[in-house]
Amino acid sequence: MPDTPYLIAAVAVSTAVTWALRALPFVALAPLRASSTVRYLSTRMPVGVMVLLLAYCLRDVPVTDISGLAPLTALAVTVGLHLWRRNALLSILGGTTVHVVLASTFLGH
Amino acid sequence: MGLGLVPLGLAFGVFVTQSGLAWWWASAFAALIYAGSFEFLLVGLVAAVAPLGTVALTALLVNVRHVFYTLSFPLHRVSGRFAKSYSTFALTDEAYALTTSEQARSWPGRRILWLQLFMHLYWAGGATAGGLLGSFIPDGVTGLDFALTALFTVLALDALRERRGDLPTPVLALLSALVARLAFPHQMLLAAFALFTAALLVRHFTARKRSRRA
Repeated sequence: MPDTPYLIAAVAVSTAVTWALRALPFVALAPLRASSTVRYLSTRMPVGVMVLLLAYCLRDVPVTDISGLAPLTALAVTVGLHLWRRNALLSILGGTTVHVVLASTFLGH
Repeated sequence: MGLGLVPLGLAFGVFVTQSGLAWWWASAFAALIYAGSFEFLLVGLVAAVAPLGTVALTALLVNVRHVFYTLSFPLHRVSGRFAKSYSTFALTDEAYALTTSEQARSWPGRRILWLQLFMHLYWAGGATAGGLLGSFIPDGVTGLDFALTALFTVLALDALRERRGDLPTPVLALLSALVARLAFPHQMLLAAFALFTAALLVRHFTARKRSRRA
């Protein structure tokens, strides 16, 4: 079991690294903002980054195994709900509920 | 939209207590680090008492994408040194997705700041409630971590809708992720970001060359 000083240090390290990544580039990369290449990247990054993060979340889904059915069904429910109602909260709650029900019952690991 | 962070925070809080940590660590992680996807990973790391160097490196790899966000996040609209500092601290995936959307183009700095503050509160509040509730949830109930996947699904769909005419970008992103998953399974996130950025740059420069020749 991790002790408290270790956990405090882990939080401090994580905060420092994360905040530095979010704050320092505003100073260091300021001259780059005017470049056409940077503008090209910054208009296309958002959609690409979200697709990458989604793929990362699904990286360990076993597509050939029965236990992969829970996340894949939940993903289909999330997408379906979002295309239908466009309500982020509903889509997240719906998809997560389906996943918890399936993973906790017959499709558990 | 920001309200989506409440169920996600709940899931995170439950995940923290189910990993054997005290409930208030959920609050501490959520309020002080404030980087959702990394926090899910950090719980696994500290439960295994990973070295601090590993914690720092993982934070760097998982959060290095925020460097790209700084290129287009409208920080220039936020005024005041403290407000600017907080705005960079709270520059999450969700804050970036919302503040760079089509409809946010006319939002003043004050609105951006309030949005960030509320998302921070939703996340920390959800995590605290989840941490407190976690001990009441039977061990057989699993799979709450899907909330993170669902969140990114929603953000990806919204971003896709905004760039409907631009199919190559999400396709390049998906290919980068697949290649990274197969070739660099342990550094998938970093490899995928590097590949995707490189692919965009190649596309940009070949398109520019072509238009110059025409």
